[in-house]
Amino acid sequence: MKNNVNRELPDDVMNALDYQPYQTTNIGNPDIQRVAPSVHVQTGDDKLVDSIEDVVKATVKDGMTISFHHHFRNGDFVFNKVMRVIIDAGIKNLTLAPSSLTGVMNDMVIEAIKAGTVANITSSGMRGSLGDFVSHGNLKNPVIFRSHGDRARAIEHGDIKIDVAFLGVPNADKLGNANGMDGKAVFGSLGYALMDAQYANKVVLLTDNLMPYPNTPASIKQTQVDYVVQVDQVGDPDKIGSGATRFTKDPKELKIASTVNDVIVNSPYFKDGFSFQTGSGGAALAVTRYLRQAMIDNKIKASFALGGITKPTTDLLNEGLIDRVMDVQDFDKGAADSMHTNPKQQEIDASWYADPDNKGAMVDQLDVVILSALEIDTKFNVNVMTGSDGVIRGAVGGHQDAATAKLTIISAPLVRGRIATVVPDVTTVVTPGDSIDVLVTEYGIAINPKRKDLQESLGHLAGVPVYTIDELQKMAAAKVGTPKPLEFTDRTVALVEYRDGSVIDAIHEVKD
Amino acid sequence: MEIKQTALAGTLESSDIQIMLSKGTDGITIDLESDVEKQFGDQIRKVITDTLAEFNIDNVKVKAVDKGALDCVIKARTIAVAQRALQTQDQPAWEAF
Repeated sequence: MKNNVNRELPDDVMNALDYQPYQTTNIGNPDIQRVAPSVHVQTGDDKLVDSIEDVVKATVKDGMTISFHHHFRNGDFVFNKVMRVIIDAGIKNLTLAPSSLTGVMNDMVIEAIKAGTVANITSSGMRGSLGDFVSHGNLKNPVIFRSHGDRARAIEHGDIKIDVAFLGVPNADKLGNANGMDGKAVFGSLGYALMDAQYANKVVLLTDNLMPYPNTPASIKQTQVDYVVQVDQVGDPDKIGSGATRFTKDPKELKIASTVNDVIVNSPYFKDGFSFQTGSGGAALAVTRYLRQAMIDNKIKASFALGGITKPTTDLLNEGLIDRVMDVQDFDKGAADSMHTNPKQQEIDASWYADPDNKGAMVDQLDVVILSALEIDTKFNVNVMTGSDGVIRGAVGGHQDAATAKLTIISAPLVRGRIATVVPDVTTVVTPGDSIDVLVTEYGIAINPKRKDLQESLGHLAGVPVYTIDELQKMAAAKVGTPKPLEFTDRTVALVEYRDGSVIDAIHEVKD
Repeated sequence: MEIKQTALAGTLESSDIQIMLSKGTDGITIDLESDVEKQFGDQIRKVITDTLAEFNIDNVKVKAVDKGALDCVIKARTIAVAQRALQTQDQPAWEAF
């Protein structure tokens, strides 16, 4: 069967997993039923457990779904500690349902798949050796990729039913009151983990910092937690964030960033009280710097900044240029520290952030977002999942969710080395072109023809050449040549869900 | 024609290609290393082979490490390494451009 972005989807897999093909970005107003976790009643006096072995023995059985969060990113010690015990216990056929998988987890996941411990994976993304392993067909069942908002939706619907959540925290008391801000390995917002804490049947906290009871402020509450395990170290603080944020000196990235700023400032959305979201890449950080100056010059203040937060954004908050920061995760220590000291930086969970099946998510209120792309095609479809060799090396993240914004800007170089970014057809559709409004490259911009209003306001800016996306694609091809088409087998190694739970694309095993 | 000496041109910087020629007896053999091998391997080999043909080199071992170079860069590096290998770099082969 084909879906509405013209992708051929494997009937057998679609039927076996009872999936619908992607149709539209429009969520509508359906009535839905959310699920609730089971609760094993206790007074809370006996939650402290000495060892991971004991808690795994008490909670994890063959065939269960287990989850983790990825807020420690590449400084995570919790995932590997817990999975080591689970593999050694000989447990089989688990579904692994973390908020995402970071590089430091790759070797352990591969070992768990080979041992038969893990049979299914759902994640925001995967990279490096694990992406390579899956793309070469080494996991029997297809991986399900979901955006951060879609994961929240799937948990609330019961599509992902978490039996046991193992959540690392830099502090907790003996009953499980915890936050992400105090301790050694701090990461700020617990945004993604809050879903697991609320919906998992069993919640296990792991901490290296046992606090006197009651521990506040409590993001995860004692009412949600079954066990608290003390470990020697939950993470490496130096590898959690990207450290001190450095502004790019790359002239190409600066050119793109200043053009993105021109597009925002000249759009109808740049007015007092506007809202925005930027990513953590070099160009996105530079945009924040240009935008700051434009806001000062035009005496415009933002009502909120959203999503993954960096220090340049919290600096704007402290300067009074942004009124609130709505924070689902922090990319650097500066942003994490700021959440502690500034009450205007609000921790939000993944549902509040981006779940489409909601009584209103933050992304629905978002005016402007700047997103990146590995590839964007002449239909404005974006790929952030598979590399130019067809191998999985990315993550949906909040891409599909934030693209709901009124002005969605993709910032990307026309070519990277010999690889064109603007292509006739992306390898994998992650975010549909219907969500994308403007592409900004170092050579100029392309406006989605569906946005006639933007053609008017952005069509004649000084120093910002406007091309059709077909012209940009041909320009890229003239530089790098025409690549030989990638070769795949018929085997489906992963499905990419759209944020409403339909399937937007399938990823196939690469042929080597 | 065979080359006179082993020669090297290019760097391992991004968007460059490093090419080494050494004596061979089995036609033009190319050992290519490239991140874009799947998409552009054939094209890279063709540019190197065609450029070597302009110097009438038909017996040589080529070791190429590509870092995403465009065709014009590959051709320029091949010309440079060919002239060095033939010891003719004092007389640029303008017609090859």
